[in-house]
Amino acid sequence: MTGSFRLSKSPVLVGALGVAVFLCVLEIAVETGMVMELVVPRPSDTFLAFPPVQEDMDLVGNFFVTLGMTAASTAIALSIGVPFGYFLYRNRRYGIAYEGWLAAAFAAPTVLLYPLFLVIFGRTYLTLIMMGFIPGAIPIVIQTRQGLLGVSQTLLNVGRSFNVSDREMFWKIQLPSAVPTIFTGIRIGVMYTLVNIVAIEYLIDFGGLGRIVSEMYFRFDTPGTYASIVAVILVSVFFYWGFGRIEKWLRPV
Amino acid sequence: MAQAGVVRTAAPAIATDREASVFRIRVLTVICLLVAWEGLAALGALEILYGDVIPSSWKIAVAVWGEVTAADFYRDLGITFAEHIVGFIVGSAIALALGIAMGVNPLLRKAIEPYLNAIGSTPKIIFLPILFLVFGTGIDSKMAKGALSAFFPVVFSTALGMILINPVLLRVGQSFNLNRWQTVVKIYIPAMVNPVITGLRLGMAITVIGVLVAELKFADGGLGYRLGNYYEQFRIAEMYAIILIIFALAALANMGMTRLQTYANRHQGGAGAHSLSVATN
Repeated sequence: MTGSFRLSKSPVLVGALGVAVFLCVLEIAVETGMVMELVVPRPSDTFLAFPPVQEDMDLVGNFFVTLGMTAASTAIALSIGVPFGYFLYRNRRYGIAYEGWLAAAFAAPTVLLYPLFLVIFGRTYLTLIMMGFIPGAIPIVIQTRQGLLGVSQTLLNVGRSFNVSDREMFWKIQLPSAVPTIFTGIRIGVMYTLVNIVAIEYLIDFGGLGRIVSEMYFRFDTPGTYASIVAVILVSVFFYWGFGRIEKWLRPV
Repeated sequence: MAQAGVVRTAAPAIATDREASVFRIRVLTVICLLVAWEGLAALGALEILYGDVIPSSWKIAVAVWGEVTAADFYRDLGITFAEHIVGFIVGSAIALALGIAMGVNPLLRKAIEPYLNAIGSTPKIIFLPILFLVFGTGIDSKMAKGALSAFFPVVFSTALGMILINPVLLRVGQSFNLNRWQTVVKIYIPAMVNPVITGLRLGMAITVIGVLVAELKFADGGLGYRLGNYYEQFRIAEMYAIILIIFALAALANMGMTRLQTYANRHQGGAGAHSLSVATN
């Protein structure tokens, strides 16, 4: 009774226990042949497959390849997205005119454009960077405009009462107030950039982590395939968690 | 009085002027894009830039017509549609059940939410090898991929919708001695309509992408397979045509769901849309 009470107070422990129990059941199911080893490897085999995958495919090195592509795409998305968002804020009618188009573009399956980029740029890193840039830039544009539109009128009035110039108004009032909203756009943009880059890496067997997953599958190395998938999940969690922390830090209480 | 009259007539005039201006901007943008496209296509035709990579808009229009009048196009469309619908229904049904369970049971929600967030933010395409191993490379694995893509936005929206139900409504229900079934029918379901539709709308869009991407990797039918084939055969105008058709279909589906949401909002008094997390394709 007391034990169950304590467990109900510790959801993290309950979650971890649930995962541990699931892995143990899976281990037994594979061991006893209830689940085919060719389809699902033992969890212990997946864990043990990390060193060989690292040795053979350089997981860490390829993580940095994917990271580099994501960083390059994000840098381009930022350098175009923020000024364009500002332009749409300053020119309200352009903002209204493009608002719906941007939302539609964000929901559109832009990942399908990769064959076109393959034709234009070939099977190169530039294709990955461009495919990461497209879904990354759209939320940055949308959120930059939203952030600037959401700046408190009182703050703007205070600025005007001090006769600040447009430039000072932007750098000292508008941008600092809009940063949390813009950062939400950056977080979403980075996540979509990462997703698109890993997806294209997997589809065209080129680049970093996505390529490793594809290659392991083609080698019929099931534990290696699962290990590389776990590696991609860990990288996504790292990005999701890290950017979530920064966003929380930036948000006013 | 006269001033009030001026204000009353001036406001719609400003709104009409703004709408006209917005319309002009949109038309001008489309014209500029078309001119730029044709310019690039002309440079390509002269072999100054990009060769055959940018065909003229006329060639693309002809290719679109060729696609929609081809019999095998409808076979591929039917395959993608079947994969999408089955995946969407299965994924959404599981997500709805789990989302409701998470909303009812805070311990369950707090226990599994970190794991759902972790997998929800992962590119689902990397699970394709597992789906190929389990379901084979046929239509089943694409349906499973569709279900996986639909699952996350729906589960997050449903769970959040459950959490955000106004406790006052639940207390009112208790004061009226509503039984469990009546509470579900009279309070939970009406309050959940809007967030669930938001999740379904997102899920539907992501399922389309999930299914098409899976078809691009391994398939013997479907619009993604068709796109991949055209790429391999370097039939660029047809590639653009298929992409345009897919974008148009996705936009139509999204528009339909948005209409449904607007309709639900109107009948709910506009509870606002919810989304909890980054759910990726």
